[in-house]
Amino acid sequence: MSDTRALYEEVILDHNKNPKNFGSMPDADVVQEGYNPLCGDSFKIYLKLDGDTVQSVSFEGHGCAISKASASLMTTLVKGRKRSEVEELFHVFQEMLKSDPESPLDTEKLGKLKVFSGVREYPVRIKCATLAWHALVAALHQQEGPVSTESGS
Amino acid sequence: MNRPLADAPADSPSVTSAVPPAVLSANGNFDVNAVRRDFPVLSRSVYGKPLVYLDNAATTHKPLAVLEAMDRFYRTSNANVHRGVHRLSMDATNFYDEARRVLHKFFGTAIGCEIIFTRGATESLNLVAQSYGGSVLREGDEVLLTWMEHHSNIVPWQMVCARTGAKLRPIPILDDGSLDMDAYRSMLSERVKVVAVTHVSNALGTVNPIAEISRLAHDVGAVVVVDGAQAAPHMPVNLRELGVDFYVAAGHKMYGPTGIGILYGRADLLERMPPWQGGGDMILSVSFEKTVYAQPPQKFEAGTPPIAEAIGLAAAATYLMNLGMSEIHRHEQHLLRTLTERMAEVPGLRILGTAPQKAGVVSFVMDCAHPHDIGQILDGEGVAVRAGHHCAQPVMQRFGIPATTRVSLGLYNTDAEFDALIGALHKVRRMFA
Repeated sequence: MSDTRALYEEVILDHNKNPKNFGSMPDADVVQEGYNPLCGDSFKIYLKLDGDTVQSVSFEGHGCAISKASASLMTTLVKGRKRSEVEELFHVFQEMLKSDPESPLDTEKLGKLKVFSGVREYPVRIKCATLAWHALVAALHQQEGPVSTESGS
Repeated sequence: MNRPLADAPADSPSVTSAVPPAVLSANGNFDVNAVRRDFPVLSRSVYGKPLVYLDNAATTHKPLAVLEAMDRFYRTSNANVHRGVHRLSMDATNFYDEARRVLHKFFGTAIGCEIIFTRGATESLNLVAQSYGGSVLREGDEVLLTWMEHHSNIVPWQMVCARTGAKLRPIPILDDGSLDMDAYRSMLSERVKVVAVTHVSNALGTVNPIAEISRLAHDVGAVVVVDGAQAAPHMPVNLRELGVDFYVAAGHKMYGPTGIGILYGRADLLERMPPWQGGGDMILSVSFEKTVYAQPPQKFEAGTPPIAEAIGLAAAATYLMNLGMSEIHRHEQHLLRTLTERMAEVPGLRILGTAPQKAGVVSFVMDCAHPHDIGQILDGEGVAVRAGHHCAQPVMQRFGIPATTRVSLGLYNTDAEFDALIGALHKVRRMFA
């Protein structure tokens, strides 16, 4: 039985409707585009860095509820974290999304990201949930050019 | 073309023997409930709910007549065509040639025209672009296409234009999704060598006035290539009347199997065109000094063709002809009117593509939700639709949106199925608005 309500948790719907840190950042150190060619979802991530620590982050663009809520929640979780910590959190998030829908969640490591566990039932939506994260990690590496969900990882 | 063939002996199975007679209700009308029984997959459920399949522009389901024709071929006759002296190969050759004749009948082809079996509509368009376009186009020539083309009728022309130096010019579309015919007329000139246009837009449902487009193109000496993938399964298509030079269709979108498409073309053009792929079956003789090519259609059918698929497609075409393309069209037009009215009642929903002449495609956006989320909620209710850019990104660009949700109808859909769709759209509003 599919219950789409398990996918669209209230927290996700809230972030979709009222995204946090939504908008451009004129004095950003890095602006990184993320694009999903399969559905046309597109976000810009604005990043201010203090060394390799995230000082502030915002995003703008358009996408589905899953991608927008994921971008919004991400901006609230990475502030003040070092690049390696952000990458570790993204890794934990990706592993969870790819895991068996029946397997237990490491709620301690995942924290608020556990609201996306419903995505495990819908593998095509993993790219929605990770679009902003891919862009953020690229921004942290000050990568040239837009990142795409179709370019590896 | 249409070479007379010796009748198959009595012990040879026929490919179309199990095709049922026309399904008509007692009063002579199209009986959709009887039609639905011909499609096994329609009786399955999805997440415990009845399947409501509204993604027919992506692919259609297959009636028993198709499944049985292909199964019977593999069980009783399977062999390669055009080469064997043995009974099975002769049977296979008869069926394959008979399949071609069925398709000629289905499309009401003109004398002096050929139908080539390809691997799909995309391959058909690539064949025309590369073989015809590649040999005819020169620097300074123009290829006209439209803003509503599927990527498969854009990219092959871009590729050949890049190679030849010809220029690609898109004909604009109006706000309702109709082709801008005034713009089209003004773009026509002696420079235009090819007009490549879709018969029905897969993203908007617009039906283009092909006969008129064709006449105008011929006035300036251009050749007309029509993508009929979304038209052939849904309305009578008479190629003699449309007067086009090339026409393509996809087997799997017309209730036949995947892996097969057709290319219809004028024989005089096909004879002048260079072969596209080389190999067996497309030659008369081969030596290291000189190869003599076969005549069309064989010239363009290198290698073992999709034999079972051709037989399946012929069974599909026969099934459609038995139902009657006019009956199917009338049924789908009724569905389209009902659907359009009912969707207009959903608050915050906007339909893209409101041209006066439309096929059963309803693309829409909702102010509260993204197309992917709409598609997901609908899936949860057993309703299958498509969300995305529908391989028609210029259309999305034209209307300033990244994507739409698309409902596309088929001959087996019913008014009652719209209850599930409309109910699910209201659920979308409850969740996202």
